[in-house]
Amino acid sequence: MSLIGQIGQWFDQRLQLAAPIRDVAEHPVPRNTASWFYVFGSAALTVFILQLVTGILLALVYVPSASEAWSSLQALNHDVTLGWFIRAMHGWGSNFMVAIVLIHMVQVFLFGAYKFPRELTWIIGVFLLLMTLGMAFSGQVLRFDQDAYWGLGIGASIASRVPIAGPIIVKLMLGGPIIAGATLSRFFALHVFVIPGMLIGFVALHLLMVIKLGINEWPMPGRIVKRATYENEYHELTRKDGAPFVPYAVWKDLFFAAFILSAVAACALYFGPFGPTGRPDPTVIQTAPKPDYFFLWLYGLLSYLPPAMETPALLIGPVVAIAFLVLLPFLSGEGEKSWRRRPIAVLTVLLIAIVLGTLTHLAGYTPWSPHMNAWSGDPVPEQFLHGRTALERQGALVFQVKQCRNCHSLGDLGGQRGPALDSVAVRLTQDQLIRQVIQGGGNMPAYGRNLSPAETTALVAFLETLHPGGQAPARDAARDLALSEDKVQQQGAPR
Amino acid sequence: MPNENTISRRGLFMKLGILFNGLVAAAIAVPIVRFLLSSVTRGRAGAYLSWVPLGHVSEFPEGETRLAAFRNPYVTPTDGKTVETACWVRRVAGEQFQVFAINCAHLGCPVRWFPQSGLFMCPCHGGAYYRDGSRASGPPERGLFEYPYKVQDGMVTIQAGELPTPGSPTASVFGNKAPCGARNELVSIESKLSASSETNSWLRKTKT
Repeated sequence: MSLIGQIGQWFDQRLQLAAPIRDVAEHPVPRNTASWFYVFGSAALTVFILQLVTGILLALVYVPSASEAWSSLQALNHDVTLGWFIRAMHGWGSNFMVAIVLIHMVQVFLFGAYKFPRELTWIIGVFLLLMTLGMAFSGQVLRFDQDAYWGLGIGASIASRVPIAGPIIVKLMLGGPIIAGATLSRFFALHVFVIPGMLIGFVALHLLMVIKLGINEWPMPGRIVKRATYENEYHELTRKDGAPFVPYAVWKDLFFAAFILSAVAACALYFGPFGPTGRPDPTVIQTAPKPDYFFLWLYGLLSYLPPAMETPALLIGPVVAIAFLVLLPFLSGEGEKSWRRRPIAVLTVLLIAIVLGTLTHLAGYTPWSPHMNAWSGDPVPEQFLHGRTALERQGALVFQVKQCRNCHSLGDLGGQRGPALDSVAVRLTQDQLIRQVIQGGGNMPAYGRNLSPAETTALVAFLETLHPGGQAPARDAARDLALSEDKVQQQGAPR
Repeated sequence: MPNENTISRRGLFMKLGILFNGLVAAAIAVPIVRFLLSSVTRGRAGAYLSWVPLGHVSEFPEGETRLAAFRNPYVTPTDGKTVETACWVRRVAGEQFQVFAINCAHLGCPVRWFPQSGLFMCPCHGGAYYRDGSRASGPPERGLFEYPYKVQDGMVTIQAGELPTPGSPTASVFGNKAPCGARNELVSIESKLSASSETNSWLRKTKT
């Protein structure tokens, strides 16, 4: 026997692990599960391991202190050899992990893998998703910059809305009355000890169940899951049409894992690390905080919910969503697995994907936020000034100076909070313009207190010129009539 | 043959051992839970709040709104810059002030003051407030948070120490209501009038 063999035997006599490992590796899987659709679980595990390794590397330099964290990230970015690359790998790894976990979940859902007897595997998977999102959020906090600081404020504002317990939750979350040193320390503990520890435990359980219960067979339309017969049918299937997991199916997992790792590395190399943005100094208020990519949809949702619905939606929505995900295997634990026979499941996935995608896209350019510098920065397009009277030009100045531009665009420049005003004169008459400017309404503030009568007159005169060449401005016919009657009376009156 | 109702000597010791561990665990849990809740229990008696100066009255011109900063009264060694907090100080007239939290009443982003249009605007979700802090438009359900203030030896002083959030006690106790006696009732009446009657009078003026 070779030396290596002898050493191996020496260890196995003591560890006794070779046999169980061989059993796991060679356990039979249905042949058609050796598919590219079945690689996302192992890819999620691969990225998780990458996150553990890069996370430990970052912890060699990172200082979890509100006064030092930002500088230590700068040191990683600029001073420590390849510190930027490790940060970039960890940041991109995080994005990849959330994405892969979501894809894995969609695949499992559409393939009916959550049905009997794999209910608990699914439920633990739901918790793994929540923990992954928890890691993504707490990781963003550890990048202790302006976005992290104000992001914590957003988190605290949401948590504070819980009835009665709200203020207590906020203080527990922040570790004190304000966002400060204690806040970062506890998020560090969550991100580095608590959640990863739970993740490792839950991943182990998840994997154990995958091995014990067997990988979900490829769903065939018409092959119905029944509690009484499923396990026998599955064993029959693996006996008749099974193949050892290693090497029959594992090579695709290996290829995909390597592909994902190289994709993370390529993104890290090409795009570099995320931030940190500005120093977390609360007195610097010239900032528009934004969450990381996978929370952008929430940021968008929070600006579109009607104010009265916001608190109930924020507090009840997640509870309902998580409860639904946990209860799903009990609501449809049997029956058809194939997506071809489950149109509502497919439509649900599509609907959720479209909603999240749209909100994420909108949050990319935040049409609901005023453009803080539009009033001083964006020029008034030439065509809106050419050939105008002095009063109308004065109105254009009022329009800029009073920050109307921050919410209203002209020539596609300016805020998108309110409607574009390029052709506002076609929609509103002079009286309506005056009323809208002074009283506001329809989500526009009232400007009555901040405009003198002269300014209002000039502004409305300018707004009345905003109509396309071929289209006449809106006018109030009754007003014309009333004015002409006035004229007739004045002219007809005896002098 | 062992009876089901009898218990062996070993079995009794095991049960006693479990009981003993349970007692010790419960005893140890008391300090652990108290430690974990320290950030909550400490604040219950209002220990976090105290009066902090913002600057001399003369630094705030009448009728204007200025950015001020203060140091949080409760500081720990690792806080760094985070204990510095900004706020907006509006000097209505004389010694009558309004001190607004920098945090939007929607989700806490920093609001910016635009004197030309007399509006506070939030960069996150587009909340807007009038100069007196009352809600103008956007997602916020209420006006800006206000700190209770007093003028002491010519210094504007506010009661601060807690992050203002929609559900925090500071927000509901002081909030947009008059914090410091009758003087501020004027302000709240003014804010109620602002959007309705005064704008109507402007409307009448422009129309005639």
